[in-house]
Amino acid sequence: MSGIVILGGGECGSRAAFSARDQGYSGPITIVDEETGLPYERPPLSKPDAQGIIRKPICSADMLRDKAITLLDGLQAISLDREVRCVTLSTGVKLGYDKLLFATGASARQLTCDGGERALSLRTVHDAARIYDIAQPGTKVVIVGAGLIGLELAAVLVARGVDVSVLEYAPVALGRNVPRPLAQRIVDRHVSEGSHIFCGVEVDSITAGHVVLADGRMLAANLVVAAIGVAPRTGLAAVAGLAIENGVCVNDNLCTDDPHVFAAGDCASVQRGGIRQRFETWQNAQIQGDIAGRNMAGGQHAFDGPVWFWSDQFDLGLQGVGQTNGAVFATRKVDNDAEVLFYVNEASQLVGAVGLGRGNAIAKDIKLAQKLIEAGVSIVAEHLNDPDINLKTLLKPATTA
Amino acid sequence: MANWIDACAAEDIDEEDVIRFDYDGRTFAIYRSPDNVYFCTDGLCTHEQIHLADGLVMDHTIECPKHNGQFDYRTGKAMRAPVCVNLGTYATKVEGDRVLIEI
Ligand SMILES: Cc1cc2nc3c(=O)[nH]c(=O)nc-3n(C[C@H](O)[C@H](O)[C@H](O)COP(=O)(O)OP(=O)(O)OC[C@H]3O[C@@H](n4cnc5c(N)ncnc54)[C@H](O)[C@@H]3O)c2cc1C
Repeated sequence: MSGIVILGGGECGSRAAFSARDQGYSGPITIVDEETGLPYERPPLSKPDAQGIIRKPICSADMLRDKAITLLDGLQAISLDREVRCVTLSTGVKLGYDKLLFATGASARQLTCDGGERALSLRTVHDAARIYDIAQPGTKVVIVGAGLIGLELAAVLVARGVDVSVLEYAPVALGRNVPRPLAQRIVDRHVSEGSHIFCGVEVDSITAGHVVLADGRMLAANLVVAAIGVAPRTGLAAVAGLAIENGVCVNDNLCTDDPHVFAAGDCASVQRGGIRQRFETWQNAQIQGDIAGRNMAGGQHAFDGPVWFWSDQFDLGLQGVGQTNGAVFATRKVDNDAEVLFYVNEASQLVGAVGLGRGNAIAKDIKLAQKLIEAGVSIVAEHLNDPDINLKTLLKPATTA
Repeated sequence: MANWIDACAAEDIDEEDVIRFDYDGRTFAIYRSPDNVYFCTDGLCTHEQIHLADGLVMDHTIECPKHNGQFDYRTGKAMRAPVCVNLGTYATKVEGDRVLIEI
C-alpha cells in the first residue's frame, strides 16, 4: 500500500491529512501516532477551561472517516527505509509510502541535575493529568523555567490555591520571546497573585521533597515540573540520513532533500534570515501542516508568512506576530492596560508586533499587524502610536494599489 | 414566531466592524458590512467559546480574536480551521436609526 503516511498526529500531522484531501488527493492517507486516542490540542493543557477540561480533540472519528483518513494510534514509527519507501512500526507492521511527512513535533527537555528525573514535564494529556492530580490546593509546586508554558501553569495552579515557586536560570523571566516591558507586567501580575518567582538561580539537585539551589537554598516541593523548553524529535529522520539542523531541514515547500519526504511543525527547520529557524507555535504547526499536506498532494505552496502566537496569563492575553526583536519602533496604547509594540526593518516595513492586554483587547490590532506585514506596507510611527487611527486604514490603500 | 429585539443604534457599529449584544442570557455579535448592511450571529466562536466581538471584520468575514478561525458572518459558515462548526445567524432589520434582530 502506498499513499501519504504522516508520522505524528498532533496539530500539524492532522491538519496535513485534511489539507491533502482538500487538495484533491484520492489515495490512502495514514496518520501514525504513539499517543492513544484522537488527535488533540496541546495549548489547553496549560489553560484548562472553566470545567477543568484539558483534552480538546482536533477532529472527531467521524471527520476522519468522512475523509478516509486512517489513524493508527498507540503505535510508534521505529525505522524508515527511504530506498524502498517504507516505514516500520513498533508492531513490526510495514507501511509503504509515496509521500512521507515528519510531523513528530518536539519533546520536553529534561533536567540533567541530580534527581532531575523526579521532575514531570508538560507535553501530553497524560503529563497534564498527572500534574493536576498531584497539585491539589495547599500543595507546594516548584516549576523550573519561567517561559510562557511554565508561567501559564503557574497561573493555573496559583488560582487553584497551590503554593507555586518558579525558578529561572536567566536574569529575567520570559527573556526568550517577550519584550521586557510586557514581560515585566506579566511577572508583576504573577507576583501579585502570590507566585514566588526567582530569577538568576540554578537548580543543584532534586530530592524526595525538596529542590536544592546551587546557592544552598532549599525549597520544599510536593511536585517539581520542568518547563525548560523543548527539543525537536528528529531521531528517526537523522538515522534515515536526512539533514538535521535545529530540526529536520526543509525548503520553503517544506520538502527535505528527498522529494518523497516532507517535514513540518515543531520538528522542522526552515531557512529564514540566513539561519535555520524552527517555530514552536500552534498556528505554525497548523499552517505548515496545511502547506505540507497540499504539497504532498501535488501542490506547490511556499511557507513564507509571519508566525503568530498567543499565551494566556491569568486574564491577560499576550499575542505576537513576526519578528519581535530589536528596537521598538512604535507603541500603541490601545486602552489603559493594553498596549502593542511594533518592529520595522530598514525599509520601514512592519516586520513584527507584540501586544498585551486584558482578555482579547489587543487581538484586532495584532491581526491587522499581521496583514500589514504580509502586505509589506511601509509605515510611519505616528500612525501606529495613535490608537484613534484604525490600522485598517493603513492597509486599505496598500491592498487596492 | 418572530420576536424582533431592539439591539443597538445603527451608528453604534462602525462600518466593517462588530459589536457585542447580550439579551436574555444569550450573547450575540452584530456586524455592519462595508456596504452598510447589518448582520447578526451567535456571539461565541464555535471552537473555544471566545467572544467574536473582539475579532476582526474584513469584508464579509469575522476572524476570531483568539485562534484565527474565520466565519462568513452573513451565513455563519465556518471558513478556516480550527473552526468546523457553523455559527447560528439571525435576521436583522433597520428601523429609523435602530438595528433590530429576530431571535
Ligand atoms: C502545554 C502546552 C501549551 C502550549 N500553549 C501554546 C500556546 O498558548 N500558543 C501557541 O502558539 N502554542 C502553544 N503550544 C505549542 C503548540 O502546542 C505546539 O507548537 C504544537 O503542538 C506543535 O504541533 P506538532 O504537530 O508540530 O507537534 P506535536 O504537537 O508535538 O505532535 C507530534 C506528535 O508526533 C508523535 N510522534 C513523534 N514521534 C513519533 C513516532 N516516531 N511515531 C509515532 N508518533 C510520533 C507524538 O506522539 C505527538 O503526538 C503549547 C504547547 C504545550 C505543550
